[in-house]
Amino acid sequence: MNLMDSSHSNPMSLCSQADSQRTLYPYVTGTSVIGVKYKDGILMAADMGGSYGSTLRYKSVERMKPIGKHSLLGASGEISDFQEILHYLDELILYDNMWDDGNSLGPKEVHSYLTRVMYNRRNKFNPLWNSLVLGGVKNGQKYLGTVSMIGVHFEDNHVATGFGNHLARPILRDEWHEDLSFEDGVKLLEKCMRVLLYRDRSAVNKLQIAKITEEGVTISQPYSLKTFWGFSAFQNPTVGAEGSW
Amino acid sequence: MTKQQANWSPYDNNGGSCVAIAGADYCVIAADTRMSTGYNILTRDYSKICKLADKCVMASSGFQADVRALQKHLAARHLIYQHQHNKQMSCPAMAQLLSNTLYYKRFFPYYSFNVLGGLDNEGKGCVFTYDAVGSYEKVGYSSQGSGSTLIMPFLDNQLKSPSPLLLPALDAVTPLSEPEAVDLVKTVFASATERDIYTHTVHPFNTALSNFSLDVLQGDKLEIVILNASGIRREYMDLRKD
Repeated sequence: MNLMDSSHSNPMSLCSQADSQRTLYPYVTGTSVIGVKYKDGILMAADMGGSYGSTLRYKSVERMKPIGKHSLLGASGEISDFQEILHYLDELILYDNMWDDGNSLGPKEVHSYLTRVMYNRRNKFNPLWNSLVLGGVKNGQKYLGTVSMIGVHFEDNHVATGFGNHLARPILRDEWHEDLSFEDGVKLLEKCMRVLLYRDRSAVNKLQIAKITEEGVTISQPYSLKTFWGFSAFQNPTVGAEGSW
Repeated sequence: MTKQQANWSPYDNNGGSCVAIAGADYCVIAADTRMSTGYNILTRDYSKICKLADKCVMASSGFQADVRALQKHLAARHLIYQHQHNKQMSCPAMAQLLSNTLYYKRFFPYYSFNVLGGLDNEGKGCVFTYDAVGSYEKVGYSSQGSGSTLIMPFLDNQLKSPSPLLLPALDAVTPLSEPEAVDLVKTVFASATERDIYTHTVHPFNTALSNFSLDVLQGDKLEIVILNASGIRREYMDLRKD
């Protein structure tokens, strides 16, 4: 509490020593994650880029991971914070398994846990700089939720983080429907990822699609989307602007 | 080297409006179901209403993470109360608890704008209205949230509230019947929706591709909770789309 009080009333105390103990801005970041509910469970997509500002530093970052038996977590934002969250979840699942009582944490519970963790860190002014997508199926019940770095959370039939909110969600609002087939779901996600690839400068053309059903989690091998750049306007881009180059 | 400024805010406004109206033997609490951030819609189907006790319902708008934390906190406190006193908390008791809880974080507030509605120990409707740090007042009706500036004057006009400055204090509990009050709430939200971009209730539509059931609404809703002697009732309503 003291740190917060002083940070509000006396800005001068927010300097060097105190700052090195808190997250100020993200360094290595991942871009959008999109998730949709479909007939058998949840489909999620994310590319494999880890940007260091405007540099594409890492090109094989797995931004979606299975959690326990029933959940799948996708993250955008600071990659090191995502790894920290995976560490917390490892421990959570471990303790859950150690009860050895036949019960296991479902996606709803994991989402609730993540919400509390993110909100708590925000309260301490030291956020985990991530936007998370948590999907899963347990006992036939499908679940898809999201949490932001300040703890804002909700569940819906389709969710997205970052640029996905601006570019993918409108497509999903128009074309998503109940009981999508697996093929249709993948096509829909690929459509969204393609738009993101064209329009989000931090997107890379190497993505994974993950599926979670009652049977378990499958994360695809990395692959790339077909893109089209053969627009006539790109052939002679300066034709309309004399003197330009 | 200039001092580092924080480039993130611990707060966000997730929008929406809430209304509550108290009657002689009922209380109506309503809120829209849109959750937004900036000019984006996050989801169209999020409930801002939370039942805290059998006769006490809270509707809150503002920063959703704080609202949820507040709801959980109060629910936990209510559970403890039930264990200790073997009874439900009354609405006026919960009203005081909410005020104290909000003031506890006076120097890092819950960004939550609340209206508490319910039945007092005599079964009469009561509404309490709050600001973010816990100042509260028992009133006959109130609204909070992004559309409150549009809704409140309308309620003042329709419910003809006596001046709060009068002595002795006059009760502002409305003589309207329950169906009339519910209808007023629907009218009020219809009007607020016209002008407030953050409050929204949208009519469901069907496209050629879709086979929606009426539950899968492609838009926002108005959620209305009615508390009376027979218990709790929930109604949903859709308004114009856009």
